[in-house]
Amino acid sequence: MDLTLSPAEEAFRDELREWLAANNPGREPAGDEAAFQFRLAWQRKLNDAGWAGVSWPKEYGGRGATLVEQAIFNEEVVRARTPSVANVLALAMGGPTVIAHGTEEQRKRFLPPILSGDEIWCQGFSEPGAGSDLASLKTRAVRNGDEWVVTGQKVWTTFAHHAKWCMLVARTDPEAPKHKGLTYFLMDMEQDAVQVRPLRQITGESEFNELFIEEARIPDENIIGAEGEGWGVAITTLMHERATLAFGLQVSVQIALGELIESAHETRGENGRVATEDPVVRQHLAQLLIESEVLRLNAYRGLSAIMRSGVPGPEGSLGKWHWSEVNQSLTEVAMEIAGPRAMLADDNWTYRFLRSRANSIEGGTTEILKNIVAERVLGLPRMR
Amino acid sequence: MNFGFSDDQQAIKRTAREFLSARYPLATVRKLAEDDRGFTDDQWRELVELGWAGVIIPDDQGGLGLGAIELVVIAEEMGYALAPSPWFSTTCAALMLATAGTEEQRARWLEPMASGEARGTLAVWDERSGWAPDHSEVELASDGTLTATKIAVPDAASADFVIVAGADGRHFLHNVSDPGITLVAEPGIDPTRKLFRVELDKAAAEPLEHAPDEITRAYATIVTLLAAENVGAAQRAMEMAVAYAKDRTQFDRPIGSYQAVSHRCAQMLLEVEGARSLSYWAGWALDNEPETGPRAASMAKAYAGDAGFRVAASALQVHGGIGFTYEHDLHFFLKRAHANAHAFGDSRWHRDRVADLAGV
Repeated sequence: MDLTLSPAEEAFRDELREWLAANNPGREPAGDEAAFQFRLAWQRKLNDAGWAGVSWPKEYGGRGATLVEQAIFNEEVVRARTPSVANVLALAMGGPTVIAHGTEEQRKRFLPPILSGDEIWCQGFSEPGAGSDLASLKTRAVRNGDEWVVTGQKVWTTFAHHAKWCMLVARTDPEAPKHKGLTYFLMDMEQDAVQVRPLRQITGESEFNELFIEEARIPDENIIGAEGEGWGVAITTLMHERATLAFGLQVSVQIALGELIESAHETRGENGRVATEDPVVRQHLAQLLIESEVLRLNAYRGLSAIMRSGVPGPEGSLGKWHWSEVNQSLTEVAMEIAGPRAMLADDNWTYRFLRSRANSIEGGTTEILKNIVAERVLGLPRMR
Repeated sequence: MNFGFSDDQQAIKRTAREFLSARYPLATVRKLAEDDRGFTDDQWRELVELGWAGVIIPDDQGGLGLGAIELVVIAEEMGYALAPSPWFSTTCAALMLATAGTEEQRARWLEPMASGEARGTLAVWDERSGWAPDHSEVELASDGTLTATKIAVPDAASADFVIVAGADGRHFLHNVSDPGITLVAEPGIDPTRKLFRVELDKAAAEPLEHAPDEITRAYATIVTLLAAENVGAAQRAMEMAVAYAKDRTQFDRPIGSYQAVSHRCAQMLLEVEGARSLSYWAGWALDNEPETGPRAASMAKAYAGDAGFRVAASALQVHGGIGFTYEHDLHFFLKRAHANAHAFGDSRWHRDRVADLAGV
């Protein structure tokens, strides 16, 4: 067991830290469009220096780094508080899916513009009637010569209004059992048949959209994997969503917790004592320190298991579920410390507190993740 | 970066699992739980032959000269098997002597401990003062003797010496056979670890070195071992619950197909794996990153203390009525996990320490 970085990993981290210190553009401007342009500029800067697709193969514009180096990268950018990148869904999920299931032509066609940010991606999985039971989705794709005609509705589509490509799962065989009749497409968003409507969320912002698709066209060559095998390809995307984000997420929790402890030193609780001297608050903060350490350690343990055996260990399936609980409880403790000020909307914890309610829903609800752990890790019988 | 065991550590783990499952089936554990002494000389001899009596004792004194992480590996397997044994209590004594014993004390005891001829134990809690490792109010009298009553001292009747905690973090060594020392068996909730009241009446005391940092490190290692034991005990309780949930049928379906049961089991895994990550990290840090060791140890103890009991209690719920019977073995794991949670500082005390060490 060695929880220190190797000399090569340390050199990688130092080089990255130095580069980030010199190039970090700082806080995003306010306003959706301005923030998007800022993120796009940041991603281009990263890509020009070879930091966009850290663990992607070199032949497609990546850096060819190891998984540990990718994890270090994900930790360091959060620690340096850089902006997010513009093409986050393609970098975290779409690209890895094309690398895993795409043809050589598809990799060459789609991967470089992901890294450069020239083509932004969004994800069309969930539907109004298909959330946790994703395989029951109803969006239909009908073959018409060498193209497909798609009609249906998607929801929770982040970045749809900026996107060139949509990772779209649609039903191509309504006669087949529900998991078998699906196909994974890349749909061109730049057509009139696709209408985007923003969804306002409980924070007041509109991160997400609804997609209304009325006879949109997708050429045959934009199928990823094979016709009828969309479910397996979609699972690859979801696994990446849950796994690769873990490192950045656990560091964000640690940073937020550090800020919370700092502010607790300066806040008087309802009994007049400084919050950090309140024994109950101390217990809650300590529990968060411990849980956030578990997030970090599990992420590293999972990574070591993947490097050793090629598959994630049981702890790998716990990360997203556990993170959502820790992040929610962090914001709840922040409200506890705020006391009567918890009634007032501020420009920091209010957003985090409300936004965290989605953590146990987005990217797989906690209930679905528990089903996965029970059935696939513990081998319990399926619930149906 | 590699968060996994080395080949040697994996070999220790494999040997421990095979040896303990062969020698300590639950029928044997039950028999020893009902026995006053709780182990046999032959059983002790076998552990000594594996080198476990001297894991952290230097090799020039007959030990293996290994570190906290190897102790963690063994402690997890001891918890999984729930093997009744003086291994934990004498390991506590060895840790105290190795870190804070005088040269003479180390020369006198460590070699016979490694060879299995001598065993020690550690007496921490006064009858009435606080429950933390450093709350004792016992003071050395001017004639160099101690008068005190210590409670819940593990395996005292089968130990040759006892290290007694006093005020200000001072510790004293007594031969158990010395005049002025009386041992009284105290029934513990966990029958797989034998507890004694140790009454000292003007008993001649041999001070250990007054070395607060070293003693802090020894205690940090001890609480990490208790955390690791709880990982093993919780893992076993979870496996029992999962096996039962696959097997037991109600309303014509295995109960494990109901989410009320299967989600309970998933929660067990979350807590077992969290406790495991923390206790491995603490073991590693105690050996390799001394400045992190005590914080990691308190995190592991707090989390594994809670998780050990919660997982075992949840496993009992999955078993339903059968889990509440004495005939079923599950309660032994529940009782060990509970007792460990309250030994050497409970979860609340360790969380407060985590807060202190993090500057809260």
